[in-house]
Parts: sequence; C-alpha cells; structure tokens
Amino acid sequence: MSQPLSGLLHHERPIFAYSSPGRTGASLPACDVPAVDAQTLWPAALLRDQAPALPEVSEPQVVRHYTRLSQWNMSIDTAMYPLGSCTMKYNPRLADWAASLPAFAELHPYQPEDQLQGALQVLHELEGMLAALGGFARVTLQPAAGAHGELCGLMMIRAYHADRRQQRRKVLIPDTAHGTNPATCTLNGFTAVELPTSGEHGVLEPDTVSAALDDEVAALMITNPSTLGLFETHIVEIAERVHRAGGLVYMDGANFNAVMGKLRPGDIGVDAMHFNLHKTFATPHGGGGPGAGPVGVTAALEPFLPIPTVERAGDRLRLDYDRPRSIGRLRSFWGNFLVLLRAYVYLREHGAAGLSRVSELAVLNANYLRVQLRELLHVPHPQHCMHEVVASDRDLRPLGLSTIDLAKRLIDYGFHPPTVYFPLVVPGALMVEPTESETPETLDAFVAAVRAIVDEARTSPDLLRSAPHLAGIGRLDEARAARKPRLRYQPDADDPR
Amino acid sequence: MPNPSDRRYTKDHEWARRDDGRVTVGITAFAVEQLGDITLVELPAVGTQLRAGQPFGTIESVKSVSELYAPLSGRVAAINPRLETEPELVNSAPFDTGWMIAVEPSGDELEQLLDAAAYTALLQDAH
Repeated sequence: MSQPLSGLLHHERPIFAYSSPGRTGASLPACDVPAVDAQTLWPAALLRDQAPALPEVSEPQVVRHYTRLSQWNMSIDTAMYPLGSCTMKYNPRLADWAASLPAFAELHPYQPEDQLQGALQVLHELEGMLAALGGFARVTLQPAAGAHGELCGLMMIRAYHADRRQQRRKVLIPDTAHGTNPATCTLNGFTAVELPTSGEHGVLEPDTVSAALDDEVAALMITNPSTLGLFETHIVEIAERVHRAGGLVYMDGANFNAVMGKLRPGDIGVDAMHFNLHKTFATPHGGGGPGAGPVGVTAALEPFLPIPTVERAGDRLRLDYDRPRSIGRLRSFWGNFLVLLRAYVYLREHGAAGLSRVSELAVLNANYLRVQLRELLHVPHPQHCMHEVVASDRDLRPLGLSTIDLAKRLIDYGFHPPTVYFPLVVPGALMVEPTESETPETLDAFVAAVRAIVDEARTSPDLLRSAPHLAGIGRLDEARAARKPRLRYQPDADDPR
Repeated sequence: MPNPSDRRYTKDHEWARRDDGRVTVGITAFAVEQLGDITLVELPAVGTQLRAGQPFGTIESVKSVSELYAPLSGRVAAINPRLETEPELVNSAPFDTGWMIAVEPSGDELEQLLDAAAYTALLQDAH
C-alpha cells in the first residue's frame, strides 16, 4: 500500500496491521519440561481449530505503536486539562521518583513484616496526615479508588447500624452528588433517595433533608463542595438533623482540593469520607487508574474498618488482622501502595501551610475563570464558586449548537475539553476545573479560546459542528459507537482509517 | 415536535395513551431532545407489576443514563421489541414507533395525568 505523507502527525493503524507471521518481540528460553498435547488435557469442545490471530510484531513496533497513539492524546503534561470534578492537576515528578525507588517498587507484599517496616511507616504516617487533614479518628488506606472508598464507607455504615440492631435501608443523596453515589447505595443493598437542591442557590436546604428523614434513613451521602462547585453552606445544620434522626453523614471527598487546611469534615458532622488521592495528591489519572480512595472515619465507625490496619507495637509497626467487628478485607495486600506513596510525598513536600495554599489557588483560579466566562457563556449559579465553575450551552442552543461542539472545538485551540453534560441538574453543562496548577497566562489563553469559539458560533458554526480539525482523529460518531460497537478486531473488515 | 393531544403526560416527560384495554407508554420529544442520541433502552419483562411513579427501566444516551418512571400502575403486557436493536427509534419517532411498553392498568390514574396543553405549558414555564 502507498505510504501517506504524515510527517510528525502519525497516521497510526491498528497493531494487527503490522503483523507478520513468525515475527516476535519475545525471546523465551527453551522449554525445560516435556511438551503435552492440549487434546489430552481438555475436551475437544474447548479447543480451537486455529491459533488466535494475535499480532506478531517486534518490540520496537510495539513501542512505536503505543508511543504514537499516546501522541494523539492530550494530557496534563501537554495542555491545560480543566476536566471538572476530576482535579487534573500537575503531578510533581518528585512523587514519581519516590515511587520508582527500587526499595519501594520492588518490594514484595509477602516479604516478612520486619522487612516491610519502611513501607509500613509510610502507610502509618500517611494515615496520620490524612486523619489530621480530615479531622478523623482513623483512616483506612485500602480502597483502590473513589467509588471503592464509597463502597467501603457505606459498608461500615451498614455494619454500624446492624451492630445497633437497626434496620435502616435508605440513603439520602442530593441531585448534585457524584454519579457513583447512587450506584454505591444500590450495590450495598440500600435504596437511594434523591433530594432536590433548591433551584436558585443550588445548595441543599436543611428542610429538604428533614422532609426525607425517618427511622429508615441510614445515611446522607453528600458531595461537598458539590458538583456545581458550590460549598454546601448548611452542612452543619443538616448533619445535626441527620444525627438526631439516628443517621450518619457520608461525604464524597472527590472535591477535597477546594478545602484543604480550611475545613476538617470531621469537625462539621461528617462521620466518614473518602479522599481521592489520585485527584488531590499527585497521582497521574484519567485513564482509569490506578487510584486510591482512603476513607476517614470518626471513632464510632473505627471498629468496622477493613483489615488489616497498621498498628504501632513498641518501636515496630505491624499489620493487625484481629478486628472482630471489621467489615473484612476490601483489597488484596495493603491497597495501591505506590499511589499511597505518591500522596505521602506530596503531603510531606507541601506541609500544612502548602496544602492550604493549594486550595486557595485552586479556588482563586476557578473564580478567575467564573468571572470571565460569565461574559461569554450562561453561568447558572454566578455566586462565588469553590474549585470549579459550571457553565451551560443555553445561549448556544438557539444557534443549533450544543456543549459538545464547544468542547470539541476547544481541542483545536489546544485545551482538553472540560467535563460535559454533568452535573445533570444543569442542562448542557460545561464543568470547568482549572486546579491550582495553571498560571494566569494559561487561564487567560483558555478564556481567549472560549471567546473565539463563541464568536465562531455566530459567524461560522460549522467549524464547531465538525470539530476537532487539528487532532489525530476527528469527530467520532459516539452514538454509533455505543449502538453498534465493534469490540473485536476483525481482520477482514476495512481498516478504520 | 408538538405534543399529541390523544394522550396524557407526566412531569417526568413520559407519555401514556389508551389503546383499547391497554395503555402505551413512551417518552416525549422534549425528553429525547434533552437526552441526545439514545444508545440503549432497558425495559422490564412482560408480566412485571408497575407502580405509578416508580422506575420501570433505564434509558442511556451519549450524555447520560436516566431512569424511566411508570406513569401509572399496572402489569406490563408488552414491550417494544425493536428498541433492543434500534434504540434510535426513540430519537426519530418518540411518540410513535419509539414507544416503550404497553400496560394493563390497575386503576384510573391515566385520567389524573397532564393533558397535552398542560404539559406544553409546563415545558414553557420551565424554559
């Protein structure tokens, strides 16, 4: 086939297209055990007639293939990445350096405890730092991500009520919560009850909570700041009312980047909260993991923490499995250790004052954008925001355009799109979270790009509809991809390019 | 797309139309416009008992996943078999071939739902 001119804009094909029979990237030693015929081991029905059509490629072909694909991507290392609710902050290289140290990276979790003392010290001190930041009695480091932390938190809340011989089946969730919260309830056998936030102020009102409270409510699950980027100003009053009714308060801490050093959730009536270490503390994320979702709890929930916990015994640290009321084990070994280690480095480097400053700058950056974006787009809740600001496509819709068109066009201007169509309470939402990482110059450039796109929406709307134009792949047909997905490479089908 | 006057509506943007002894249920053009391209419709099994106001299925679009709420109580007598492979029918004909379920009603809740004029007014008030 003819080779198209592509320069540095790689027209990469599926890796199968590079396959050549017999080519290999691995050099295996000779087999030192007798070969066995597969047909003598498994029934014929389980055996295939032909070898699977896996790509046969060399190691450099694999390296080039995936490196080229990676160059089609936007990442926090190449562009501002204001993906609301995801806190795509810059991840300091120092944390990666620590995680690559052989003493940590090559440690095996089955090594004897006396060889794990350094790692256990990291876990022990990290727990202490997170407990101090959140105002909690204890923190479990086991959950592998935010939603896993939610699961852990609600399992402990369920165990707490069961321990008190109470049958409580309902969990109250405001309509501005993260989408994972209702799923966590269902997975735990609870019924999620949605609470409306008031239209004008966008926050949860105490009377809305009271109207839903009864002796079946196990907990309120609240994201604070909410997905509207607003601080739940009535949280203290709300938590008191939930507690008076015998329920507990679970806080989704995904937006903790807004309040570090400013607010200790344990002080305002939160009984349990997960931290998203990958969002708030220095782990690259956005591709699905690995993350970490430690959960802080008050003393009342401490007996139910998952096993093992790290405990001090004299001058040694040990793993404690002897916790009879524990909800059990949630994760193999001791959690995503190298993610925990990155968070430890980040926390130690910043210190308490530095973390406060991080939150101040994250909130300042979001408000800087809020004030300027208000001139260009509809911002449904124009009051002071926290770490993120939500705009909408209300003023674009009469032009036949939607949030997705603006978002895709931002790629042409060199910015990763913000979160789109979330939160659901804002039709056509565009959720912008700059984080503390961006300079004023970058924020200005982002606003200038939005301004240019809003102008284009009036003068040449097709530029938006067909965007992105300056990307390895143009506008994808998301509906067709979802309706008629092709999940397996089919050698006979046309090359998708 | 105007809201047909031969049926009733809910504030959750479902429609319900009496067809002989059954009531056919779907979602409105307004709901479809809000959702965008529909990619999956999950419907209950025939025979399922529905309670008015309770979820009976889910609808997934490129933007979001939403619950479908039963406009009235009763037993599911039929589901639209085409939606399993052609969810786009909900986009192209929400009031017609994009129907979702047919219900044998257990009461007279249908008469208490909004008529087309009231539903259209509701949409205008909200936007």
